[in-house]
Amino acid sequence: MKLSALQQSYANRRGNSFRGSAPLDSSADGGIKSPTGIFWLVLHGLCCLISLVLGFRFSRMVFFLLFSTSNTTTNLYSTSLFRTAAEVSETLTTMSSFNSLANLEPPANTTTVSSSRVVVGRHGILIRPWPHPNPVEVMKAHRIIERVQREQRLQYGVKSPRTLIVITPTYVRTFQTLHLTGVMHSLMNVPYDLIWIIVEAGGTTNETSSLLAKSGLRTIHIGFDKKMPISWKDRHRMEAQMRLRALRVVREEKLDGIVMFADDSNMHSMELFDEIQNMKWIGAVSVGILAHSGNSDEELSIVQKDDEENSPMPIQGPACNSSDQLVGWHTFNLLPYVERSANYIGDRAIVLPRKLEWAGFVLNSRLLWKEAKDKPEWVRDLDTVVGDGGDIESPLSLLKDPSVVEPLGSCGRKVLLWWLRVEARVDSKFPARWIIDPPLEVTVAAKRTPWPDAPPELPPTEKVISVEEKKENHATRTQSTRSKHSSRSRRKHEARLVETRSSARNSGEK
Amino acid sequence: MRNWSWVFVVLLYSASIMRIGAVEVGRGQQTERISGSAGDVLEDDPVGRLKVFVYELPSKYNKKILQKDPRCLTHMFAAEIYMHRFLLSSPVRTLNAEEADWFYTPVYTTCDLTPNGLPLPFKSPRMMRSAIQLISSNWPYWNRTEGADHFFIVPHDFGACFHYQEEKAIERGILHLLQRATLVQTFGQRNHVCLKDGSITIPPYAPPQKMQAHLIPPSTPRSIFVYFRGLFYDVGNDPEGGYYARGARAAVWENFKDNPLFDISTEHPTTYYEDMQRAVFCLCPLGWAPWSPRLVEAVVFGCIPVIIADDIVLPFADAIPWEEIGMFIDEKDVPNLDTILTSIPPEVILRKQRLLANPSMKQAMLFPQPAQPGDAFHQILNGLARKLPHNKRVFLKSGNKILNWTAGPVGDLKPW
Repeated sequence: MKLSALQQSYANRRGNSFRGSAPLDSSADGGIKSPTGIFWLVLHGLCCLISLVLGFRFSRMVFFLLFSTSNTTTNLYSTSLFRTAAEVSETLTTMSSFNSLANLEPPANTTTVSSSRVVVGRHGILIRPWPHPNPVEVMKAHRIIERVQREQRLQYGVKSPRTLIVITPTYVRTFQTLHLTGVMHSLMNVPYDLIWIIVEAGGTTNETSSLLAKSGLRTIHIGFDKKMPISWKDRHRMEAQMRLRALRVVREEKLDGIVMFADDSNMHSMELFDEIQNMKWIGAVSVGILAHSGNSDEELSIVQKDDEENSPMPIQGPACNSSDQLVGWHTFNLLPYVERSANYIGDRAIVLPRKLEWAGFVLNSRLLWKEAKDKPEWVRDLDTVVGDGGDIESPLSLLKDPSVVEPLGSCGRKVLLWWLRVEARVDSKFPARWIIDPPLEVTVAAKRTPWPDAPPELPPTEKVISVEEKKENHATRTQSTRSKHSSRSRRKHEARLVETRSSARNSGEK
Repeated sequence: MRNWSWVFVVLLYSASIMRIGAVEVGRGQQTERISGSAGDVLEDDPVGRLKVFVYELPSKYNKKILQKDPRCLTHMFAAEIYMHRFLLSSPVRTLNAEEADWFYTPVYTTCDLTPNGLPLPFKSPRMMRSAIQLISSNWPYWNRTEGADHFFIVPHDFGACFHYQEEKAIERGILHLLQRATLVQTFGQRNHVCLKDGSITIPPYAPPQKMQAHLIPPSTPRSIFVYFRGLFYDVGNDPEGGYYARGARAAVWENFKDNPLFDISTEHPTTYYEDMQRAVFCLCPLGWAPWSPRLVEAVVFGCIPVIIADDIVLPFADAIPWEEIGMFIDEKDVPNLDTILTSIPPEVILRKQRLLANPSMKQAMLFPQPAQPGDAFHQILNGLARKLPHNKRVFLKSGNKILNWTAGPVGDLKPW
């Protein structure tokens, strides 16, 4: 009787919290008014007090198990660990003698539950001795995921992917490594075959080749014999010429695939490469224009001014009507920026794009070939358009009819790449291939570093040994390139020293 | 001699057309045909194979209850309501009870909801009893077979045992009056009191439009290895653990909470359906009852269900070969779940995904409105049709009584 009352109170509590305040019709005999009920209430209060004193939940299960005689233990589950809280483990140790399981209630109909191995009641929580990931299995799981994704690509992705022919104009300057590494890593992640044509202004250099060698991609490195000019206008024109040079290579070597223009400072998303596989002859994607200047205050003032009028949407790309047909082009609104635009590379003003950037277009390489079967008649031959040494504004000049351009990226709604031009000043210096060779040997004792064996006060020693001319420089920007690899002096200290040193040198030189 | 050669030719021909698991390559998507133990029955059309007579019960048994609480239409027990509506307008319905093979009683026993939305089963036995008393007194068909050619839909936690707590449900057993009837229920566990022989297990209701609205393009790469969202410990009802889910969910948490392959948590994100479509495996462990709508969601979203519930009987188990589609893990093997899942060969995984991609598989798990061919309504009818023709012995001679109308707990005998 005690048993059933306890069970009922336990079940009542659970039932109440589970279903809200619900009248329990089926368990109609309320054990609250009877003396046994009062007894259990008192016991419950006692247990609560004990729990308060001891500091952990003193389970009434102990009493239940002590008083239960009719419960048979049918299954043994080993409980190796319970929760990590110390209190619970303490409860466990008190109950360790009751390691075997007790059914809260023996099954009523023993006849029907004949061969079931599933037991109702409290089970142990099985935890293995080292519940942490096994690296071998993690690798196996990754291989499984890779295989599943490959299968997905085969089924739902592009059916017969075409080779990508990527054209990048570049030249050696401070930010070249930064930009080119970005493009290189993007291209290394592309899951399709790739041919990368790099046209370098000023001729091919070891600097660029060593950078490209790290990629492992198939590259064609072409030198363009003129040096990159300083003004942005001329630079844009020269880049167009360099791209045409690359297109000529495509034409001569009859490379087959999708031609895209990846400027070295642009940022490409991986979806771009999947999307352009859908192009048939010539396609256009939306390019996000990040017209940025080093001077944030100026930019802020421009932005505030434009809030009243139509704020410039920094997108260049195809414009479609509601039936997803090309009706026009979105271009970047240059007007608010024109007065403040940058004129030469490295000045701290906003660099503006041209009307339609090359990067937003992709072509089928067969458009460039001299003869190709099913070459459409709306494309002009490359030689006739350009001549020798000329240039064109954008690939649209190759078309007789610009309406044949296919808008990609759900009709230009998705921006798949971003256009950005960030450059250092033209005369800024940087170590060749970003390797400092021979290493700098500038030893400056730290005045305030708490090294145990450093003598407390030392006059600053100026042992500057053979600082190369290349690394020398007036501009404050490149001081950070002088890495202090031996001493840990603070920058202020170093800056002061360098100032004195350079001023000393200057005075010396004069 | 001639006869033998003809027989041989016929045998060869039949062997060549009966291939199990032929791979169809259609419309760029590889799917595989589902052939269960009863053959390719998912696409059977029940129309013409059976006739169902729907009893006209007063609206207090169905419509009034639904009016009181319209939440019944969206929770996971809504199958009883939608089945009623489907049968009312289905071609298998007959208005002539003499020619009917099966009789359906539309009583919504799972529609008495708490403020939280959980159904209370305390009045359900009385409701069912009252409905059966009504049909046995107003129509002769119940007494003729004592319910053997009647079917009832009881989608509650433990089916016709009408309780949410397993021990209580086992103690009550199936309602005595339903002993001879066919039960269509979501609960299924082998050798359990609340699953009688000949029951049809159905999937729980999951809203089809909601799931359709969250579909993502199938080319999105599946990058999550194992996915699960739900409770591991039911702190309100089982604070010490070990009771809820027989400790299996807690074991999953304790063993794999810091494993990067297992994306498991109790938080309910808004991208729950989208995340399932980005996962390779979806865990479907038992809770208080062994079944859950997770199985339906996993099948619809193409995620391989990992079923952790000993002896569970899955929906339409005779028509759908669940061992080939999902993974079954014993509760005692939960600590080794990662070893088990990573040691499955990739070809097996790809085959399971192909089977899951089969549209007839997904259709069989859903209750769409209006009904579509091959959906769960039709599978239920197929199941009923497979049980025909009725054994001659179910028709009792007049005057014979098997059922004891006063059996069962005293509380059940009160009128409703």
